[in-house]
Amino acid sequence: MDLTLSPAEEAFRDELREWLAANHPGREPAGDEAAFQFRLAWQRKLNDAGWTGVSWPKEYGGRGATLVEQAIFNEEVVRARTPSVANVLALAMGGPTVIAHGTEEQRRRYLPPILSGEEIWCQGFSEPGAGSDLASLKTRAVRHGDEWVVTGQKVWTTFAHHAKWCMLVARTDPDAPKHKGLTYFLMDMEQDAVQVRPLRQITGESEFNELFIEEARIPHENIVGAEGDGWAVAITTLMHERATLAFGLQVSVQIALRELIDSAKESRGENGRVATDDPVIRQHLAQLLIESEVLRLNAYRGLSAIMRSGVPGPEGSLGKWHWSEVNQSLTEVAMEIAGPRAMLADDDWSYRFLRARANSIEGGTTEILKNIVAERVLGLPRMR
Amino acid sequence: MNFGFSDDQQAIKRTARDFLAARYPLTTVRALAEDDRGFTDEQWQELVELGWPGVIIPEDQGGLGLGAIELVVIAEEMGYALAPSPWFSTTCAALMLVAAGTEEQRERWLEPLAAGEARGTLAVWDEHSGWAPDHSEVEPGPDGALSCVKIAVPDAGSADFVIVSGADGRHFLHNVSDPGITLVAEPGIDPTRKLFRVELDGAAAEPLEYAPDKIARAYAAIVTLLAAENVGAAQRAMEMAVAYAKDRTQFDRPIGSYQAVSHRCAQMLLEVEGARSLSYWAGWALDNEPETGPRAASMAKAYAGDAGFRVAASALQVHGGIGFTYEHDLHFFLKRAHANAHAFGDSRWHRDRVADLAGV
Repeated sequence: MDLTLSPAEEAFRDELREWLAANHPGREPAGDEAAFQFRLAWQRKLNDAGWTGVSWPKEYGGRGATLVEQAIFNEEVVRARTPSVANVLALAMGGPTVIAHGTEEQRRRYLPPILSGEEIWCQGFSEPGAGSDLASLKTRAVRHGDEWVVTGQKVWTTFAHHAKWCMLVARTDPDAPKHKGLTYFLMDMEQDAVQVRPLRQITGESEFNELFIEEARIPHENIVGAEGDGWAVAITTLMHERATLAFGLQVSVQIALRELIDSAKESRGENGRVATDDPVIRQHLAQLLIESEVLRLNAYRGLSAIMRSGVPGPEGSLGKWHWSEVNQSLTEVAMEIAGPRAMLADDDWSYRFLRARANSIEGGTTEILKNIVAERVLGLPRMR
Repeated sequence: MNFGFSDDQQAIKRTARDFLAARYPLTTVRALAEDDRGFTDEQWQELVELGWPGVIIPEDQGGLGLGAIELVVIAEEMGYALAPSPWFSTTCAALMLVAAGTEEQRERWLEPLAAGEARGTLAVWDEHSGWAPDHSEVEPGPDGALSCVKIAVPDAGSADFVIVSGADGRHFLHNVSDPGITLVAEPGIDPTRKLFRVELDGAAAEPLEYAPDKIARAYAAIVTLLAAENVGAAQRAMEMAVAYAKDRTQFDRPIGSYQAVSHRCAQMLLEVEGARSLSYWAGWALDNEPETGPRAASMAKAYAGDAGFRVAASALQVHGGIGFTYEHDLHFFLKRAHANAHAFGDSRWHRDRVADLAGV
């Protein structure tokens, strides 16, 4: 058992830390469009210095880093409080999908513009009638010669308004059992047949969109994996992503918690007492410290397990579920510390508090994740 | 970066699991729970043959010379089996002597402890002075003798010496065979760990060294052990609940197919794994990153204290009515997890320590 980094891993981390410190782009501007351009510029800078696609094979423009180095990277960019990259979905999900399931031509065609940010990707999975029950999705793709004609509707499509490519899962065989009749396509967003309508979130911004697809065209060679294999392609991507995502998430919780503790030291609560002297607040903060440590340790244990077996297990679902509860709890404690200022919307905490309500829904609802843990880890019988 | 145990540690774990499963089936656990002494000399000898009394005693004194991680491995398995044994209490005594025993005390006791020929225990709780484990008001008289009452002392009835905590972090060793000591068996919620009221009246007591940092480290190891025991006990309770949920049918289906039950079990797993990660980390930190040890130990104890009880209580709920019977084995795990949660600092106390150590 060794919870330290090897000399090579430390060197990797130190090199990255130095580069991030020297190249930090400053604070992200407000406003959807300005923020997007800022993140795109940051991604280009990272890419020019070889810091995108960190664990992707070198022949596709990646760095060929190990799993541990990818985890270190995810931690360090959060620790340095650098902005997100513009093409986050392509880098975290789309690219790895093409690497794992795509043809050599697809890898050569799609991976470099992902890294440079030249082609932004969005995700077309969920539909108004198909959220947790994703396999029941209805968007239909019909083959016409060399291409597929697609009609349907997608929802919660993050970054659709900036995207060139959509990772689209559509039904290609309505007669097959529902999980077997799906195919994973790369759909060109720059066609009139695809209409994007923004959806406003409770926080006020519009990261999400609806997609209205009316006979859009997709060339046959844009299928990733085999026809009819769309479910398996989509799921393995989600599993791979959850394992390494855990590293960034646990560091962001640790940073947010440190900020919360600092702000608690400045707040006066009951009878003018400093919030951190309130025994109840101390207990809450200590519990958050403990649970954020659990998130960190579990992320490392999960990584060790993948390194041994080569395959991410369903334990990643446990991590995402737990993270969402810890992060929500953290923002709720922040509101407790804020006292009457909890009614105002004048600082980061009010944004984080509202934004956190989505944590237990996005990327797999807590209810679905509990089902996965119960069925696949504990072996309990399925409900249906 | 590797969270897995070494080959040696895995071997200890496997041996422990197999040995405890064979020698402490739940029928035996139950019989020992109902017995006043709580263990046989033969059972103690079997642990001695494994070298367990001497895990952290240096090799040149006949021990295994291992560390906190190995203690955690064994403690988790002991909790899983719920094996009644004075192993825990005598390990506490060994930790204190290794940390702060005088040369004479170490000479006199470490080899016999490692060989299983003698056992010690630790008496921490003053009868009247509140619940903080590091707070005692016991002070020796002008002649150096001790007169005090300590409660909830584990296995004092089968110990050869007692280490007594006193005011200002001082500790004292008293031979049970010397005059001035009365031991009274106290009924405990957890019948698998025998507790005693220890009354000292003008009893001779040899001070240990005054070594606050080393003693703090010993206490950190003790609470890490209890955390690991709770991980094992909670794991066993969870397995019982999951097995029951698969097997028990109502309304023509296994009750585990209902989300109220399956989600409850998923929550058990979340807490067991969290407690496990913290306990392993605390064991590792005590051996490899001493500056992190105290914080990790308190985090592990706070979380595993809560988790141990909550998981066992949740498992009882899954079992419905039969979970509440004395005849079913689950209540033994619930009672141990509860008792551990309140020994050597409860979760609330340890959370406060975490806040202190984190600079809150």
